[in-house]
Amino acid sequence: MAAPRAYLHLVAPLWNGGTRGIRGMSSAVAPEGNQSKWGKLLQFLADRFYDVEALREYLFQKQVSKIHQKNRFQGKEWIRSSGRGHYSLEFLNFQATPVEAVDASGCAINYQGLDNLLALKELQSLQLQRCPHVDDWCLSRLYQLADSLQELSLAGCPRISERGLACLHHLQKLRRLDISDLPAVSSPGLTRILVEEMLPNCEVLGAEWTEGLKLGPEKQSRGTASPIPA
Amino acid sequence: MLRGALRFRAKPGLLGRGLNTRKGGSTLDWAGKVPEIKKKIQSFLPGGDWNPLYDTSHLPPERTDVVIVGGGVLGLSVAYWLKRLEKQRGAIQVLVVERDHTYSRASTGLSVGGIRQQFSLPENIQLSLFSVDFLRNINDYLAVVDNPPLDLQFNPSGYLLLASEKSAAMMENNVKVQRQEGAKVCLMSPEQLQNKFPWINTEGVALASYGLEGEGWFDPWCLLQGLQRKIQSMGVVFCRGEVTRFVSSSSHMETMSGEEVTLKRIHEVHVKMDHSLEYQPVECAIVINAAGAWSGQIAELAGIGRGPPGTLQGTKLPVEPRKRYVYLWHCPQGPGLETPLVADSSGAYFRREGLGNNYLGGCSPTEEEEPDPGNLEVDHDFFQDKVWPHLAQRVPAFENLKVRSAWAGYYDYNTFDQNGVVGPHPLVVNMYFATGFSGHGLQQAPAVGRAVAELVLEGHFQTINLSSFLFSRFYLGEKVKEHNIF
Repeated sequence: MAAPRAYLHLVAPLWNGGTRGIRGMSSAVAPEGNQSKWGKLLQFLADRFYDVEALREYLFQKQVSKIHQKNRFQGKEWIRSSGRGHYSLEFLNFQATPVEAVDASGCAINYQGLDNLLALKELQSLQLQRCPHVDDWCLSRLYQLADSLQELSLAGCPRISERGLACLHHLQKLRRLDISDLPAVSSPGLTRILVEEMLPNCEVLGAEWTEGLKLGPEKQSRGTASPIPA
Repeated sequence: MLRGALRFRAKPGLLGRGLNTRKGGSTLDWAGKVPEIKKKIQSFLPGGDWNPLYDTSHLPPERTDVVIVGGGVLGLSVAYWLKRLEKQRGAIQVLVVERDHTYSRASTGLSVGGIRQQFSLPENIQLSLFSVDFLRNINDYLAVVDNPPLDLQFNPSGYLLLASEKSAAMMENNVKVQRQEGAKVCLMSPEQLQNKFPWINTEGVALASYGLEGEGWFDPWCLLQGLQRKIQSMGVVFCRGEVTRFVSSSSHMETMSGEEVTLKRIHEVHVKMDHSLEYQPVECAIVINAAGAWSGQIAELAGIGRGPPGTLQGTKLPVEPRKRYVYLWHCPQGPGLETPLVADSSGAYFRREGLGNNYLGGCSPTEEEEPDPGNLEVDHDFFQDKVWPHLAQRVPAFENLKVRSAWAGYYDYNTFDQNGVVGPHPLVVNMYFATGFSGHGLQQAPAVGRAVAELVLEGHFQTINLSSFLFSRFYLGEKVKEHNIF
């Protein structure tokens, strides 16, 4: 059911690279029960036609891209790039102000690039969603932000596994941790339990314990038609 | 007659096939056939491997530049760096001789797989730092076309070394040296330790050092397989055989003060095939002894140590196999996901294995309790008597545990000072050592391989100076003691 990627890129040049794919997108859409008739019709059409699906994604992304790729300073609003990727020069005035939050979602930041983020000693919130090169080695460097970091999001990073999550225990001030949709984690539910034990003051999002569980035997026989009458 | 003709046409046998389809698919054009023909001509000219009398394809080549005795992680690392640092592609021909292709007794596969920078010698710290860099970028170093990337399964959880009162001062010194070399280590008091790891019992602990970055454990098989794949793609020849003899020539020379010295040069290595009496004499220029626990035997074959004791000729290579046990146990209430590899002051160590509250660990026995290295049988009483009490004292949760399995492996133990031996022998001038690392060979293998390759190709160390690990220290009696061995 996935629309071809090249086609999606043509439609929406505003997208930053590295989208999570269709599954990720549809999780942001309202669940079935709450949809109006218009929503249901749109869903029906989107299931059947690539064009409609792409249009829906495009509109959604336009909304989302307004709040992407930005930094937040102490007490100030987010500094974000204009439509063409240029930054206004006023952020040069803020050289002395400590940076509080960085949103690097989807950025191709890697192990060496983290040097720049780790120098921000008052960083409180770090979003590393869907970064394709952030892996366990990068997580092992985050201990340098232990004094200030309160919110960390690692959702959708393809290279992070439970071995990297083990190094997050240095971040004792962490209050919100998002570890949803990590494909390289072998058992998400068990990992979430262990991470919650490791960071008792932190609220852990994602990695529901129901993920990765298989259906029980009764459910399976209800799904498939049983040839032998009961 | 018609039937006969039909039968003839129906069978696509002898006459049906075209001339070109005789050999499977050799519809190469002329440009493709030329290298094949060249190779065939080269093989039967003098200098090639082809023997008209019998088939020698299962034997190693008749001559090569470097023979590496031992196909474990150190031997493969030396082979990799030799091929990588050679000045021209194909300049050096390397042969790796390994007698057990299943690696059933090799220290590499049986290792716990840890890597740390917490050593006391600056050379060891530098070796580990480079090796961890190598492991982090392993897919840049060991990439082979069309092959999937390697997943080392690295756990960056760090090492936690605990020191009692008497070793606390030495630990502080060590940490100072480690920090100078660039390792990220922090010192913790017993209170800080209790806060950070509540499952530890800090009784008897005066100081603890904790590695923050670049330390942990990984899968040694993956590294071995990655190296094997890469060096085969670089043209290194593997041979499954055992080195049984070195043929060397000696020349008598005089030193400046008029003493007589006999310098030896190995010319041929006799490689005996598996399960047979057949052997191949391989002419070579350089021999690298990377035979791990059996390096002492290989050195004796080369005549090292055959002479009056106390002289340079009589100094043996002091590397011998020492058996070490590793136990795997399950403890339901054990330490959590953040557990580093904990090494107690008593010598016992353990680490987590996987997500299911399984732990691996062991302890190095004292000199008197050394088990017999003749076989790899596990002594389970050793766990009961020597390992468990220390573990349970340090981590109270380990009082209820259940041992799931155990195995034993060899340390290539350097009885002189427990540090590696690197570099040529002063008398047998073309035998280079890369062995004797006494339990930390795996974690230093990439860096040591590079050092030996630099020695062979350039004649001196270029990146990390390992002059203090040369063989001559055994004769001169200069111990380079490493204090953090367990």
